[in-house]
Order: sequence, then C-alpha cells, then structure tokens
Amino acid sequence: MEKILLKNIDKPESHRIENYIKDGGYKAFAEALKLKPDNIIQMVKDSGLRGRGGAGFSTGLKWSFIPKDPTIPKYLCCNADEGEPGTYKDRAIIDNDPHLLLEGMMITCYAIGAAKSYIYIRGEFVFGANRLEEAIKEAYAKGYLGKNILGTGFNLDMYIHRGFGAYICGEETALLESIEGYRAQPRKKPPFPALAGLYGKPTVINNVETLACIPAIIEKGPKWFSSIGPEKSPGPKIFGVSGHVKKPGLYELPMGTTLRDLIFNHCGGMLRDDRPLKAVVPGGVSAPMLTANDLDTPLDFDSLAAKGSMLGSGAVIVMDESTCMVKAAFITNRFFSHESCGKCTPCRDGTPWLTRVLKRLEHGEGRPGDIELMESLCANIFGRTFCPLGDGAVMALRGALKNFREEFQYHIDHKKCMAS
Amino acid sequence: MLSDKAKKEIEAALKKYPNKRSAVMDALRIAQADRGGHLERSDMEDVAVILEMNPVEVNEAAAFYTMYNIQKPVGRHHIQVCRNISCSLLGAEHIIKYMERSLNIKTGETTPDNRFTLSTVECLGSCGTAPMMQVNDDYFENLTEQKVDEIIKKLV
Repeated sequence: MEKILLKNIDKPESHRIENYIKDGGYKAFAEALKLKPDNIIQMVKDSGLRGRGGAGFSTGLKWSFIPKDPTIPKYLCCNADEGEPGTYKDRAIIDNDPHLLLEGMMITCYAIGAAKSYIYIRGEFVFGANRLEEAIKEAYAKGYLGKNILGTGFNLDMYIHRGFGAYICGEETALLESIEGYRAQPRKKPPFPALAGLYGKPTVINNVETLACIPAIIEKGPKWFSSIGPEKSPGPKIFGVSGHVKKPGLYELPMGTTLRDLIFNHCGGMLRDDRPLKAVVPGGVSAPMLTANDLDTPLDFDSLAAKGSMLGSGAVIVMDESTCMVKAAFITNRFFSHESCGKCTPCRDGTPWLTRVLKRLEHGEGRPGDIELMESLCANIFGRTFCPLGDGAVMALRGALKNFREEFQYHIDHKKCMAS
Repeated sequence: MLSDKAKKEIEAALKKYPNKRSAVMDALRIAQADRGGHLERSDMEDVAVILEMNPVEVNEAAAFYTMYNIQKPVGRHHIQVCRNISCSLLGAEHIIKYMERSLNIKTGETTPDNRFTLSTVECLGSCGTAPMMQVNDDYFENLTEQKVDEIIKKLV
C-alpha cells in the first residue's frame, strides 16, 4: 500500500515547510478553501473515516454536529496527548511531519468554521512541542495561518497547549478542562463538546492520526479512501507494535490487516523462535487481550469488537510464553489506578483496590477468593463512571482473567508463577 | 521570586487564551523551570498573582499533574524510567535495578551531590524502542546496561 500518513517521516528535514510544500504539501488546503465547508464535511463522511484515537466514531458525522451559525465562535482541539500504553504513533507524525498534522487541522477548521485551534500535546513530548511551535511559525510566515489566508478571507490562529503528566487528558472533556486551567476531570455528557465544548463553545476534538488523514481525503477523494480496507472501517492505519517481536515499530497498513500478517510477516515474527506467542493486546492496554487462537482476526474496529476486544489506538503489544499474566495484569492495573483522576468513587477507590489484590497475587500472597473479589470489584466499576478510564481498567483485567484464569489460580494455590 | 524572563514568558503564554486562568499550566511549567526543576509555595503564589487566581486554585491545578514537582527538589538530571507494560516485557525492572545500583540510590531518591534523581514513570509513548527513559527533556531508547553506563557518564 502507498504510504499516506508516514510517507514523509524518514525523509531528511521532513519537518521543514519548504520540504513539505516541495512534496505536494498544502495543496489540499488550498483546494479545500475553494470548496464549501459543507462539501468538505460530506467528503469526510463519505470517506468513512473513523476516529483514530480509540473510539472509532465517524469523523465527518462528528463535524456535522457543529452548529452552522457563523456568529458563534467554534474551536478545534487536536488531541496529541498520546498516552495509552503501547501507543507511539502520533509522536512520529508530530516529530517528523508536523505540517501534515497542521494541514489536516487547517482543513478541519475551515470545514467547521473555527478560527481558533489548540493542539493539546502531552508534557513529556518536549521535542514534539518545539517542532510544532516551529511548524506553526513557518505556517504563519507562509500565509497558511493568520488573517485572510491565501486571499480567501478565512482567518485561523493555532496554539500549542502543553499537558504536564496526566493520562486522563486524552479523554476529550478532561482535555478541555485542562486547557481551561482546571484539574483534568471529565465532564458529564451531554452536553457534548460539539455543542458546549471549550469555553462552552462548539468544539471538535480529533486525534493526530485522524487529522493527518484529512489532506489525502481532499486530494484523492473519499472514494479512494473508502476503497482501502474493510467497507465499515476503511483507510490507512498506523499500527505501533511493541513487546516480544523481532522488529517492533510503526507499520502503516490498510485497516483490516490480520494480527498474523502484522506480527509474523511485517514484524518478522516472535522475538525468540523458541518462545511462541501467548497473548496479544490489539489496541493499547485498555483493549482486552487476545490469544494465539485469534491471530487471523482482522485489525479493524468491527472485527475486534466482534472478538470482545477493540482496535483502540492500534497499539499492538505482543507477549510470548515467558510472560506472567498476573504480572502483566498488575502492571496494567497499576497504571490505571495511578492515572485515575479521582472524580468517580468506583474508579478512584476500585482501581487501587484491584492493584492491591493483584500485587499480593504477584508476590505470592494471594488469598482464596481473590479472583472472585476482583470480579466483584470489576462489576462495581464497569459502566459506573463518567469516563471510560475505569472501564478500560476493567476490560484489560477481564481479558486477562477470561483467557488465563488458571494462571491467577496457580498464583493463589502455589504462591508462585506458572510461567517462570 | 520569579525572574523577569519567566514573567515575560508567562505574559506571552497569556496571549494564547481568552482568559488568564487557561495559562496556569504554562505559567507553572515556566515557574518550575525558573527554579531549576521544582515548585515552591511562593512560586505558586506568584503565579496566582499574575493570573488573578486564588492561590489554592493554582495549587489545586499543580497538584493534579505529575510533572510538577511540588516542594520536591530534583537533581540536575532527572532520570525517569518507564515501568509500563511494553518496557517491562523487555526488561525495564532490570534497568531500574541496574540504575539503582549504579547511582547508589533507591527509586525516588536524589544522589547526595544533587546530580541525579531517579524516578519511575508510566508510559512515555516510546514503546517500539523499549526499554526507555527520559532524562530531563530528552528520550533515551533501546536501553541496555552498557547504554545506561554511557548515558550516565555523559551526564556527569
């Protein structure tokens, strides 16, 4: 497949605007400015593009919820708070092809009628934030940002907002709270951000990879985009592979590529040939793990949902048979409990409780009934919180328990690990 | 007291937003850098004055985000090793223990000469090059014992 999202990242000085323009960059934006905003929204709807941040909601549909009244200010927020463990795709675009992101944002702002836009980038990405600052300066200097852009009367300002260490800011309403200078605790929905978002104004929040798809949709057309991959979840997708494979890294492939093809063809197979695959997390740690029996599952939103998991961010974490599932579950749960924002009791109190139980299992101090205790805690967290963080913690743990329950039981019965 | 340079940077950050409060994260980041890596109560009070916020509101924001080191000075080189799943699968615990032995401190401590602070952190978004760590603003990836030795030597 021709690369769309990662086409520039290995080129020298790929972050410079001259090089981006030389290779055809900003043509799509100029093209878009000749179209009616509604036509662009229709094109993105027709393309079938679904959000690459995790939820997989139709991008065009999300844009279409923004009120058309030109007197109401509107915002675009780019979610660059990449933090789902296993995920490192957006950073590649931010660091090496920032103008691709900016161009996608410019087209989006024009389509939804936003004159102000923020990029929310996680605090640890200092290099990326600097790259974006430079790229924005370059874009102002070339007249792609500012007043009366390319003589069309369209005005757009773009700013960086730097996070400072909080996974929850990837949740869209928490991200808005954070920009407004508050603790990043998710808001109750409705109202949805499309009606009352940043500063109470209509707001679209899109992930970096989603926005990076936009220029190609304008340039090559929605039909071309929707012809890539499965009908209901089309387009190119960046899969970020980590863990026990020979060649971990970012692979841009059509949606619907199977796990087997990704791991054994593109990634060169398992890290050690004598250690077969035990489990694979297909979409960042919130996505329930699958096993060697599921390797022919296509990596797309619907196929993974049908398997009881999810595509999430497309972060594929591969574990070989030496991996202790209790330890993996403990590390994963510790993360969620560390990142719980404290707003809802089930998540704030439930995730650390789960971590304590998993910790004692991991240290050979598990008690009879601990599995049932965890199941009961999961049932009291799942679906009982404002945002999906608590659900993510539960889905991850339930996935481990469903596939490897006997390992958890072994830890309790034998006070040690089955895998080692 | 915030330096004039820091105050100017905060003034610049204010221009990005329709209200002052939105600049609180930038202002705290600038104040932390100004002090050399952590925040004192007086820094948060200074930020509150500039942003016309109640000091407790500034404190509340600062306390929520893990990268603000409130009344917790760090060494010149703040070493943060990722302990999350992808890094753990490829030996993060070993790297952390090796680091503790090399620096002769435990995780969370600072060397007596104030050169290094060692912390563990959750996923830093560099999972394809695990195990990894961040030292101040810079990422170091595909860590091995040998690589850790070289990095520490260069930081001296």
